[in-house]
Amino acid sequence: MSEHPERTANIWREAALVAGKDLRIEARARVAVGQILPFGLIVILLFAFALDPDRGVLARVAPGLFWVAVLLAMLLAVGRAFAIETHHGARDGLRMTGLDGGAIFLGKAAAIAVQLALLEIVLGMGVIVLYGVDVHGIGVVLLTAAAATIGLAATGTLYGVLAAGLRMRETLLPLLLLPVIAPVMLGATRAFEDGLDGVPGDAWPWVGMLGVFAVIYTTIGVMAFGALWEEAA
Amino acid sequence: MSLVVRLRSVVCLLGRFPALAGADLDVEAGEIVLVAGPNGAGKTTLLRLLAGLLPPYSGAVEVLGVDLAEDRISARRRIALVGHETHCYDDLTARENIQFFARAAGRAADDVDRVLDTVALAEAADVVHRGLSAGQRRRLALAVALVRSPDLLLLDEPHAGLDATGRDVLAGVIRDAPAAGRTVVMVSHELEIARPLATREIRVVGGLIHPVTESVPHS
Repeated sequence: MSEHPERTANIWREAALVAGKDLRIEARARVAVGQILPFGLIVILLFAFALDPDRGVLARVAPGLFWVAVLLAMLLAVGRAFAIETHHGARDGLRMTGLDGGAIFLGKAAAIAVQLALLEIVLGMGVIVLYGVDVHGIGVVLLTAAAATIGLAATGTLYGVLAAGLRMRETLLPLLLLPVIAPVMLGATRAFEDGLDGVPGDAWPWVGMLGVFAVIYTTIGVMAFGALWEEAA
Repeated sequence: MSLVVRLRSVVCLLGRFPALAGADLDVEAGEIVLVAGPNGAGKTTLLRLLAGLLPPYSGAVEVLGVDLAEDRISARRRIALVGHETHCYDDLTARENIQFFARAAGRAADDVDRVLDTVALAEAADVVHRGLSAGQRRRLALAVALVRSPDLLLLDEPHAGLDATGRDVLAGVIRDAPAAGRTVVMVSHELEIARPLATREIRVVGGLIHPVTESVPHS
């Protein structure tokens, strides 16, 4: 038998490997920049046209509109994260590596989180410019965005693999995912409202809820992804 | 000699169809086994079963001393499958694809250049997968398999789409396998090319495995 080096790789190294691969593919394919980001900006822009800016409506509803745009763009990013595994049997290739299922989950979720974070930066600037929003509590806004992004990426990755083996996954993924991430939508919107209004004290319970949500779904994902990944074949 | 593959009464279902219907097989270390048989006989199913990608409905499957019902994930780290598809990513270059699978297997960076030379793909190393010709993609798939330094190499119609250079490369890889401590199980319809490379031939018919010396029914 040929010699095999000791497998010293840990789950974090393997997760970084998967995340690096996914991000490199996205950077080269330019789907995130060419499709997902413009989609989010169009959503923001359409709301600006649809609502009357003169009455200050936009500034009041800006947190909710921001997170609606992020959620819709996230559906595209999650679908894309699993679509890249469907061409040329790449999924079987990834299975053959024997990488830990939890590591694949963390890697894919991290890649989605990075894309969402970049999207949120651009959309955030768009909301500030288009909706005339003043940001008072930057700290709570950043913490809210971080916790919500991790929660969205973890939940999206978990439900993405659930839908990966289904024939109608493109339409089923939103149906499965949107009800589950309703708490993120609610918590992130409320925390953003409080943060933007300059009363961050009211936001902390929502930030805490977002943090718990992120921890729960990340833990479930690490534990369950491997079996779901195998069953999705 | 130790057994690398041990199948006993294996039934494998594709939907309700028994692709393997009570198959038995022993493969010893260092063997190069040619698997022949008509279309739909269960040859590709046999390879996917040995790769741990397809669970059996019933029966015992041991590969490299590991019962795949117990731990097929760790067994996969020592198995490579070159199938009908390349298992590679369209938007990564040949080098990046090989690097990814090398790192996943804990292999050194030097191994990437070595396998690129082995499969004669060094000149196209920085071309993305979607830009490679069909033959180059087949060689890339072989490189991805080799960089993992598998103990068991599974080849499914490996000669398909290869030019003369590619076939020479493949023949070298197969002939060198026993010296590298590697066992090969190869499915092929191109028997005149594959037979001289094999140390043993078996035939899959109707989901059962027969040695070639045995008279088998033709479906």
